Amino acid sequence: MQATRRKIITFIGAVAGMALAPINLLAAQWNAKAFDETRFADSLKSVGALDLIESGQIQLKTPEIAENGAIVPIQVISEIPNTEKVFVFAEKNPQPLVAIFTFVKNVEPFFATRIKMGESAKVHVVVRADGRHYTTSRDVKVTIGGCGE
Amino acid sequence: MADPMRIRVVRNGDIADVKMLIFHPMETGYRTHAATGEIVPKHFIQTLQATHNGSTVLEVEWSRSVSRNPFLHFRLLGAKAGDKIAIAWQDNFGATGGGEATIK
Amino acid sequence: MNPIAQHASLLQRLLLALLILLFGAPLFASPEQDRAAFLAFFSEQFRDVPLQQYVHGSMMLSEDALSQYRSIMDFPPFQGDIDKGRRLWEKPFANGATFADCFDNGGRNVAGRYPYYDEAGDRVVTFEMGLNACLKTNGEAQLDYGDRSTMGVLTAYARTLSDGMAMNIKVDSEGARKKYQAGREFYFRRIGQHNLACASCHYTHAGHYFRDELLSPTIGQPVNYPVFRGGEFLFTLHMRYQRCMEALRAVPFAAGSEEFNNLEYFHSYLNNGLPLKASVYRR
Repeated sequence: MQATRRKIITFIGAVAGMALAPINLLAAQWNAKAFDETRFADSLKSVGALDLIESGQIQLKTPEIAENGAIVPIQVISEIPNTEKVFVFAEKNPQPLVAIFTFVKNVEPFFATRIKMGESAKVHVVVRADGRHYTTSRDVKVTIGGCGE
Repeated sequence: MADPMRIRVVRNGDIADVKMLIFHPMETGYRTHAATGEIVPKHFIQTLQATHNGSTVLEVEWSRSVSRNPFLHFRLLGAKAGDKIAIAWQDNFGATGGGEATIK
Repeated sequence: MNPIAQHASLLQRLLLALLILLFGAPLFASPEQDRAAFLAFFSEQFRDVPLQQYVHGSMMLSEDALSQYRSIMDFPPFQGDIDKGRRLWEKPFANGATFADCFDNGGRNVAGRYPYYDEAGDRVVTFEMGLNACLKTNGEAQLDYGDRSTMGVLTAYARTLSDGMAMNIKVDSEGARKKYQAGREFYFRRIGQHNLACASCHYTHAGHYFRDELLSPTIGQPVNYPVFRGGEFLFTLHMRYQRCMEALRAVPFAAGSEEFNNLEYFHSYLNNGLPLKASVYRR
């Protein structure tokens, strides 16, 4: 407990001078079960992504050949109305669920980030909108794997 | 002592591109120490929240599969000069961090 | 032209270029002639690539790779290391002086002049040696050329002050030419268990694959340094030379060794005219 408290104080100290956003809600929101699933089908089920509809309205930008699997830039724009969440999966990662983005309000259903891929695989993106799930995917080749030494 | 995160906001009319880089090891738990062969424990940001003038706009759940020193870019609507963007994150050790930027 | 004739003609060109360089060396040892020969050879190999693009190494051959590079460089994950270097650069010594006091222009637009030949000491001086000379002059401890956390991060920042400057190496005297020649000989010498020379990969087979690595041409290589491989692991030029020697199963020379200084002198001269950029992403 002491060590954790010290860690938290250290981190808060590190952002001294900047106002802190409320942090009390964050602990409850991480879907541990889904992120620990090791099979792609199970991680889809875990986040409730069922009855997937293939969609051409999701712009998924990934490299064809990742220069380095430890840092693969990915960008997603959803053109599906009322996009509420986007789930990102790297099918062959030890745990395929990579990230979940929830667009609460006043943001475009858009994000860019950088992910790790252990080996060549499909990157799948699932969009939840109006209770339905839409998906697209792209193959990404990986020569230098990015998950561990 | 952790470096603060970097936030860059570029506003075009009422759309603001918010980009950030957070200094965090995002350890997968699969790496081993070169010298000892011991596993480096998993240590990664699990949740992140972005607020606009105090109101939550984006919630992010990350995993060990997000790259080290993670990058995030999102697009805010209805942005005005003087508005405040705040970021707060928490990792699997319960440590927290964040930052703030004012839209120009 | 049928594929076999095409291939033969390429082989002929390769052989000719190699012969000129290897056996013509005693005849035309002029650095400028070397540089022209390298440029001619590569412009023939990579007809669609403008010279300025060579600074990206093998990424110059792939828009897919360049796109990732640009995306990562927009907000580099190694910014923290550059900032560490900045703090080292700006921190006053015990006597109150700083690194900026040791260099022209406060250290701005100087790196392209290194390495240079020091007549009095009959040796090649690299930028990193310049940094250590500054420390010595000011009574401070020298930095280890092979230490990422000190010399590495210091150059990761200090070299950015010369971003955009054209490489501008001079080989102006007999003594300088000898060092240039030593570097040139190393470049063409087969080493290690794999018995390959720098030239084998980065001249003859530039643009070809060696396992999963696309080989970069010699021209373009030393201008963008240090690099952060995978966005994480800092390599100065000498550390990269070491890594290459290890890959050939040769015992590497030390960072800051005379062998590497001379090699860097030769290597950098060939790159005259290309713009420097420090602290870049590589795979």
